[in-house]
Amino acid sequence: METVATKPIGVGSKIVWALIAIIGACCLAVVALRRGEPVNAIWIVAASIAVFLIGYRFYGRFIENYVLRMDPGRAPPSVLRNDGLDYVPTDKWVVFGHHFAAIAGAGPLVGPVLAAQMGYLPGTLWILFGVVFAGAVQDFMVLGLSVRRDARSLGHMLREELGPLAGVVAMFGLLALMMIVLAVLALVVVKALTHSPWGTFSVACTIPIALLMGVYLRWFRPGRILEVSIIGLVLLISSIAYGAHIAATPDLAAFFDFDAKSLAWLLIAYGFFASVLPVWLLLAPRDYLSTFLKIGTILLLAIAIFFAAPQLQMPAVSRFIDGTGPVFQGQLFPFLFITIACGSVSGWHSIIASGTTPKLLSNEGEARMVGYGGMLMEAFVAIMALIAATSLHPGVYFSMNSPAALIGTTPEHAAAVISQWGFVVTPDELTRTAHDIGETSILSRAGGAPTLAVGMAQLLHSILPGERMMAFWYHYAILFEALFILTTVDAGTRVGRFMIQEIAGLVHEPLKSTESWLGNVLATSICVALWGYFLYQGAVDPLGGINTLWPLFGIANQMLAAIALMLATVVTVKLKRQRYVLVPGIPAIWLIVCTLTAGWEKLSGSISFTAAAQNYTQALQAGQLLAPAKNVAQMQQIITNNRVDATLTGLFMLLVLTMCAFSVYAMIKAWRSSVPTAHEAPRIALSSVVSQAS
Amino acid sequence: MNIALSKLWQRLVQTARLSCGVPDYDVYVAHLRTHHPERKIPTYAEFFRERQTARYKGTGGRCC
Repeated sequence: METVATKPIGVGSKIVWALIAIIGACCLAVVALRRGEPVNAIWIVAASIAVFLIGYRFYGRFIENYVLRMDPGRAPPSVLRNDGLDYVPTDKWVVFGHHFAAIAGAGPLVGPVLAAQMGYLPGTLWILFGVVFAGAVQDFMVLGLSVRRDARSLGHMLREELGPLAGVVAMFGLLALMMIVLAVLALVVVKALTHSPWGTFSVACTIPIALLMGVYLRWFRPGRILEVSIIGLVLLISSIAYGAHIAATPDLAAFFDFDAKSLAWLLIAYGFFASVLPVWLLLAPRDYLSTFLKIGTILLLAIAIFFAAPQLQMPAVSRFIDGTGPVFQGQLFPFLFITIACGSVSGWHSIIASGTTPKLLSNEGEARMVGYGGMLMEAFVAIMALIAATSLHPGVYFSMNSPAALIGTTPEHAAAVISQWGFVVTPDELTRTAHDIGETSILSRAGGAPTLAVGMAQLLHSILPGERMMAFWYHYAILFEALFILTTVDAGTRVGRFMIQEIAGLVHEPLKSTESWLGNVLATSICVALWGYFLYQGAVDPLGGINTLWPLFGIANQMLAAIALMLATVVTVKLKRQRYVLVPGIPAIWLIVCTLTAGWEKLSGSISFTAAAQNYTQALQAGQLLAPAKNVAQMQQIITNNRVDATLTGLFMLLVLTMCAFSVYAMIKAWRSSVPTAHEAPRIALSSVVSQAS
Repeated sequence: MNIALSKLWQRLVQTARLSCGVPDYDVYVAHLRTHHPERKIPTYAEFFRERQTARYKGTGGRCC
């Protein structure tokens, strides 16, 4: 048995940690128990920081020392395979920054906003405890496993540890997940830009700006990323400022005023071209802009929350935990746990934790900071998004996030319905908010991005007041979210295209060549059609799309997390460390239970896709038309869409069950074996390699 | 103080570039000089273009 070296804890450090624990417990008690009077966001921030610190120091270190047994004296892949490009031993702060920039996306900003309909408490608790016991464990363990296996990818590790078939099944799930992710994220943009000439104009401007940056980087100043990003940023800010003029001039506004359907088609066309064109022209420069803007905006949000210290206006627990909520249907269990995915636990991260990051880590001793710590940072972003959403007037929140089918299309009607729900709001308040942010209406702008943008605009406005500044901040927030979502969409389309070309190459060899224009266009079209189908379906959905598609996204994402945690569980047993099997095992079981329950409720029962399909079928047979369908063909379309969604849900469930079976089989075999059977690369002492190199 | 600041700035630039998929050029050049003295050292522009293309190749590991 390896021995574990742990330093005894000093008295001073014991006192400090006891203090942090007491402060954290007090803050958490205030957040959880205070009723009837508004709670200040600072309590949540303080409670989160205390929970994260304790989780990082104690649970993270426990996993490091006992479960993964990270060994600072062992040479990592970056040292063993150093090629100066992909495998480079890198400073831990640089790796941390890179890892965080790679895992932080739209997810942690959107999910908590949607979950805010249940009040701030359920979301806060799930983010805090989810990240400490599930999300950060997943990221850290996958990173630790990958570092021990030549920085192999998740798919590769699954094939090695669970068998080749399990690897194939997981890869199929990954492709499906990616298509759903792209569709849902694109839908968030569609929802934010529908009938918003200002927003549409500034987002459209990012295309010529990116082209300009691409040409500049290619021909004038090759590789000057910082310089070109500053130019890009200045142009972007100008486009937001000029957008106000566009919105105020009806003749110009008409050019940028689109309904959801047209926007969906525009995005599909955009995804196609961005992925077919050479990367340096459009894709890469947008990527640079969005990466920097993302980090900058997260910092801005943090500053805004710290200085504005808003009161939370949403109740701690709203009546919608019973499953009747307008934002998404379904009860607290399991739907809260799939709605907030990124932020608590996100399967997507396991791809990054087994991608570039393990190739850069210069020492195993730094894996906890990057893997566990990086995920805690992401959870903090999710907490901030939750604060931004719950510090809004609940009436405003629900008017933005409820579908038109429930609240109608006029402020008067919306205010009446929402007031009936117990969140008293006047039509005037809704109109004024719309006016403040420079839009004509805020009704039914679901998808999280606009809500977060209003929240951010109000926070920033309260610390930096100024006339019309709120409208500027709102459109800034919309632009930044749209920018990085669109970057995900075009980069994702490109990755999807390569995956599809791989498959097509099996049928007809020449199609595989990424240089071939025919193969390129064909594979891109298939990829765009796959996510475009779901996007278009969401754009015409009677319940606004997000309501229908977000659960599908949540199920898929948590399914991938469950798979990653199952891998970690199996490897723990294979290493004969089965006394720690519950560390990855409990979150794995929890996610399996959540995804299967949510999947089942979406398959059969009152809120299922099947029930929706049945409703429309019955209406069709009775010769009726149900909104938003205006003719029989549209009725048929909705029925088909719901059946497709139901089928996909069923497939995801089947996938989870299959992976479960593979894992249990591998675990039983490993449990019976008397020796470790995991496929770890042999230990090479760091000192031997370093002395050789120098 | 100045040295500490310039080191911090270097680290920030390195992080920012790495987040865009561009690793440290100096490190690569040093690596080539030590381990592959026979290879031609690319200019920063060439290096940048190669990395830019490599970043969006989808999955697929490479080795030197």
